[in-house]
Amino acid sequence: MRVEIKNLSKAWDGVVGADNINLDISDGDLVAFLGPSGCGKTTTLLMVAGIYKPSGGTISFDGQVVNEVAPKDRGIGMVFQSYALYPHMSVFGNISYPLKLQKVDKAGIKQRVQKVADMMGIGDLLDRKIAQLSGGQQQRVSLGRALVKEPQLLLFDEPLSNLDARLRLTMRGEIKRLQSDLGITSIYVTHDQVEAMTMADKIAVMSKGVLQAYDVPEALYDRPKTLFVAGFVGNPPMNFLDVEVTGSDGEFRARSEAIDLVLPPDRAEKAAAIKGKVAMGLRPEDVDLVSDASPGAAGLTLGGMVEGVEPLGREDLVGVSINGVEMRVLVDKTKGVKVGDNIELAVDTSKIQLFDKETEQSLLWA
Amino acid sequence: MRTFGLLEKGDISLTKPLDSDVPDVATGFRRPQRSALGRRFRATVTAYGFLGPAMALVLVFFIVPGILLLILSFTELSSANFNDPWSYIGFDNFSRLFTDRFFPKILRNTFFYVFTTLILFNLGLALLLALVTTNMPRRAGFFFRLVWLLPRLTPSVVYILMWRRIGQADPFGIYNQLFPEFLGASGGNLFLGGSPWTFVILTNGFIGASFGMIIFTSALESIPKDLLTAAKVDGASLWRIIRDIKIPLIKWPLLFISTYQTLSLLTSFEYILLLTDGGPGLFTTEVWALTAYKRAFASYAGNSQWAFGATWAIVLVTVALILAVGYVKMFKFNELIEEPRIENL
Ligand SMILES: Nc1ncnc2c1ncn2[C@@H]1O[C@H](COP(=O)(O)OP(=O)(O)OP(=O)(O)O)[C@@H](O)[C@H]1O
Ligand SMILES: [Mg+2]
Repeated sequence: MRVEIKNLSKAWDGVVGADNINLDISDGDLVAFLGPSGCGKTTTLLMVAGIYKPSGGTISFDGQVVNEVAPKDRGIGMVFQSYALYPHMSVFGNISYPLKLQKVDKAGIKQRVQKVADMMGIGDLLDRKIAQLSGGQQQRVSLGRALVKEPQLLLFDEPLSNLDARLRLTMRGEIKRLQSDLGITSIYVTHDQVEAMTMADKIAVMSKGVLQAYDVPEALYDRPKTLFVAGFVGNPPMNFLDVEVTGSDGEFRARSEAIDLVLPPDRAEKAAAIKGKVAMGLRPEDVDLVSDASPGAAGLTLGGMVEGVEPLGREDLVGVSINGVEMRVLVDKTKGVKVGDNIELAVDTSKIQLFDKETEQSLLWA
Repeated sequence: MRTFGLLEKGDISLTKPLDSDVPDVATGFRRPQRSALGRRFRATVTAYGFLGPAMALVLVFFIVPGILLLILSFTELSSANFNDPWSYIGFDNFSRLFTDRFFPKILRNTFFYVFTTLILFNLGLALLLALVTTNMPRRAGFFFRLVWLLPRLTPSVVYILMWRRIGQADPFGIYNQLFPEFLGASGGNLFLGGSPWTFVILTNGFIGASFGMIIFTSALESIPKDLLTAAKVDGASLWRIIRDIKIPLIKWPLLFISTYQTLSLLTSFEYILLLTDGGPGLFTTEVWALTAYKRAFASYAGNSQWAFGATWAIVLVTVALILAVGYVKMFKFNELIEEPRIENL
């Protein structure tokens, strides 16, 4: 099912939950709503579900405006962070409840519930009480309940946030596979960007009720249009440095009291036109440790002192002070960087992002 | 030799079954191992320590008076017979009670009064008020609940006097002045003397409903919002949400209010005493507790029959106990209590 959200807003006297959201979801896509806590993800989702009434704007399913359609008539299934299972019903009772309300006959209910439960791998738990299930099993029941009525649209509100890391990984894969196998259009709310990056066909990044960006995951990562998106997408987050970009004789430089870097012309041109400082973004992984600090590479490397080392397993997350400016970079752990070391970092300047500090818009992709 | 070692401990097992009464690791973990018996003893002492205060109260205010009442009901104690207080007369009081000409009527009255008030008001109206006031804007809901609480803040006598004013016969009563033709062609047929039960049940119900209303309101408000959202998405109408989700989830408060209000209606009589005094006429609205009170403390021809009153009371207590056990069984009270996650103190 195609979902179109037009100028959608929601406010409760004074509090803005969602502000003029515009979004089209193609049939069969999984779209992630990504953003920090309180940015309006749940609010938007609940408007799509029909639980909240929009203060303005429209929601259309396959071209039909559904603003006035009751939740039960929208053909949606929903999965919650809290699972929201009916505690007084058995697993069977929970999964069969939507069918019972649709007045499906007893035999039909039994067969469909069994089918969904088997698909979710909980076929032998149907008689259990909800309290007798683990968190992961509960989430499967909740997914089963959402799927059993064969919805046109699946809505997930942080479904995996209460699970442990390993289970989250498994369930992530399972949900994605189910969703694409069944081809059900889905909205997936999360504040975990790895989840969003790995599962979503497109990601809607939100902040303070406003849709900041809506694009495919790679685009958000490589070509962030705003400062917020650049800072929010990617883990560990992008470093930002205040620099002045100047260009003369085709050579562009980013300068501040702390650094002096040569930038490729295609990146720097627009920034050079701006008088004063711009924000330069540099991802932690876009640097390389230069073992022998050759002074010949001036303008291509940054030198600094190691202030902290966080081992992440495969890599170390290293905090470096570059003439007083803090940066966090990823360094191969075999390099054995220690606190107090003086290191030299080669910067992959072709990956650098530049933003106008006033408008917070990208100077590359706007 | 006693050891502190983990490995030597025979009763440590990660797969200990839920119902096992083997003492848990947690207690003896960093202590020298005590004998199983010693630990059991300590656990028992702890348990009774916690239960102690409540048990003392039950003992002093229920068991002891109950026993005294029982003893009293086998005597002839009355103000006319005061110099021979403990004269044992066997089951005379009981046979007198059960052969009383008005015994069947009082019994019928009592059950009618208790269950009509309970179902229509203390449960029914209370639940309705809770459901309605939790579905309106918070402030409005709060205001309406406050209004329903007002009778509770009014002294009984004032409250009943107001109702007596309302219920006076044509042409004096407020009701009959306002609606002279409402419930009958000529009006005036709804007044205290004409429909005493209506007034008895209304006066008790209007007060009784507010207790359940408060309890049900807080129970309904504590149902997670997600559950209601899930039910709406699943396709449940307002009525189905109430029937399938809300009511089952407030089962425990419903049990509590039913039990508590049945017993309190069964034993309370002050509103009836003040409103109709069991009348009009002979035993028209007389209930069991009122009879017990009257026999014991209101004098018939200068005689207060304390022992006979005690007999009515002890029968009432017995009936109340049976009802209480019945409720607990009917609502499967045990299933409502979750198994504690901590297996051993
Ligand atoms: N029923 C409500 N009444 C008033 N304000 C609300 C209501 N629901 C949400 N809000 C406000 O709207 C904003 C967005 O809330 P929302 O629940 O959509 O955030 P979210 O993105 O889902 O956050 P989280 O990741 O913490 O779940 C918040 O500022 C919140 O306080
Ligand atoms: Mg949320």
